[in-house]
Amino acid sequence: MRHAAWWAGSIAALLALDFALPRLFNPYIVQVVMLCGINVVLAVSLNLINGFTGQFSIGHAGFMAIGGYGSAMITMHAGRPWAAALIAAGVPAALAQAGPLLLGLVGGGLLAAVAGYLVGLPSLRLRGDYLAIVTLGFGEIIRVLILNIDAVGGARGLPGIPGWASFFWVGAGVLAVVMVSRHLAHSTHGRALFAIRDDEVAAEALGVDTTRYKVLAFVIGAFFAGVAGGLFAHYLSYLNPNSFTFLKSIEVIAMVVLGGMGSISGSVLAAILLTLLPEVLRPVKDYRMVLYSLMLIVLMITRPQGLLGSRELTLAMFRRRRAATA
Amino acid sequence: MPAGAPLLSLDRVTMQFGGLKAVAEISLEIAPGELFGLIGPNGAGKTTVFNVITGVYAPTQGRIEFEGRPIQGLKPHAVARRGITRTFQNIRLFGSRCCRDNVCIAAHQHAEAGLFDAVFRTGRFARDEARLMREASELLEVMGLSPWADTLASELPYGQQRRLEIARALAGRPRLLLLDEPAAGLNPQESDQLMHLIEVVRRRFGLTLLLIEHDMRVVMGICRRIAVLDYGVKIAEGTPDQIRTDPKVIEAYLGEEVPADLGAGA
Repeated sequence: MRHAAWWAGSIAALLALDFALPRLFNPYIVQVVMLCGINVVLAVSLNLINGFTGQFSIGHAGFMAIGGYGSAMITMHAGRPWAAALIAAGVPAALAQAGPLLLGLVGGGLLAAVAGYLVGLPSLRLRGDYLAIVTLGFGEIIRVLILNIDAVGGARGLPGIPGWASFFWVGAGVLAVVMVSRHLAHSTHGRALFAIRDDEVAAEALGVDTTRYKVLAFVIGAFFAGVAGGLFAHYLSYLNPNSFTFLKSIEVIAMVVLGGMGSISGSVLAAILLTLLPEVLRPVKDYRMVLYSLMLIVLMITRPQGLLGSRELTLAMFRRRRAATA
Repeated sequence: MPAGAPLLSLDRVTMQFGGLKAVAEISLEIAPGELFGLIGPNGAGKTTVFNVITGVYAPTQGRIEFEGRPIQGLKPHAVARRGITRTFQNIRLFGSRCCRDNVCIAAHQHAEAGLFDAVFRTGRFARDEARLMREASELLEVMGLSPWADTLASELPYGQQRRLEIARALAGRPRLLLLDEPAAGLNPQESDQLMHLIEVVRRRFGLTLLLIEHDMRVVMGICRRIAVLDYGVKIAEGTPDQIRTDPKVIEAYLGEEVPADLGAGA
């Protein structure tokens, strides 16, 4: 019952924000908020692979690309006619688009999850730098493949994707990835992932099927990266392979590391911070990226364990602090 | 399993690394309920025997049977599921987790809630989690670690880390527990306490124990039967008294000289 109330409350809050945001703020701010949300989904999903399990993956943009293009193809070819038929039958547009968009997002996520499974397989044998190189290669292969497939626009990019992803959907994506990560972290399965990160040999000796869990982390992480790609596609209405370069993967890694490996709230905070920072620095024009990099360096030197270390930001923490100061 | 059959048997097990035979044709039989000691000088191949039993290495030759079924070549997690868990000579705790989590992780194979239950927080998940926590608390209590339940494993005092290793191995509900130098680095008093605790645990959980130990005094004190390894070969097996007087053992440990007090610590 508590769960049902919680979910109903979240959905109501998301709907209210969905309604209020574009009416209260200018389109630029709304866009920054949307990108923050998409980056949060990316960072929290990568945290499952890099932070929880300690596998070094630098191909996250590849999963995002698969999800983005996959979901776009689903909504453009199957979703749009479906939504049009519903609207013709008198269903309100926002509701008519919900089904097709959900199908597209989940479909794109599942495609990325399959890719995650395939990339996860070599992770059984490889670790550390070697795994990083495999995932790097994977990300680049995906990008080059897309560049050369005409059906998805190749280097020209893919225009005409239905722009259905409103704030509600991005918010729902954030809630989903955070809840799944949180529930996972406080369960046998999450503890198994942490055990692998801390000491793989010991985890295996104590009955944890490390192979299965390493692949599992890849599959779940890739799924949500795919969902993030789908949100990105259906927000911008246009995809280009250049959005999914190696640099995008590095950006997401920076979020996870800055937030603190394994900390969900850390990933959320860092994703928002690193999305806002370049925007806030716009007035300094040419020096923007120099300052951005400098700030990153300073942050990492002063807090090498990340903003939150491996801790989580919880309500209890605030209560304790208040009790201590009172 | 027929009555009187060994719980664990090694039949001419050989482990070769390139040109090095770390373990050569070792045969051992360990009866249910036994506390069996495995001793030998540095580099004799004791830990390799553990690694071969627990599936870290697949033996080059030979058969390993546990409860009458072959286990050689199984992956370590599969061996653990059959009922063999271990501790490590150089402590390998999950440092970023608290003691309770360390124990819970080892109870992994006995968790019933699947991924779906965990993500959607079903009733089964709640029951399972409550049971795991209760069992973990019990084990911490038995090992005298209750005050440290919420302490990170990496911040635990050394002696407690050794105890946590054992608590963790017990959480897998093994029938055979392998202890790799559990008293290494402990002072004589601490190591006596630990050995007493191991005996308590053995009785309470009806365990069979295979113990590697450097400290001869400790092994002689609690093991009924002992096997001695030297350069990967089993050179002796018998009761502590037989081992103490075996000339081959004395030679392996102390060269040609005959020691005055081999039993008082080598």
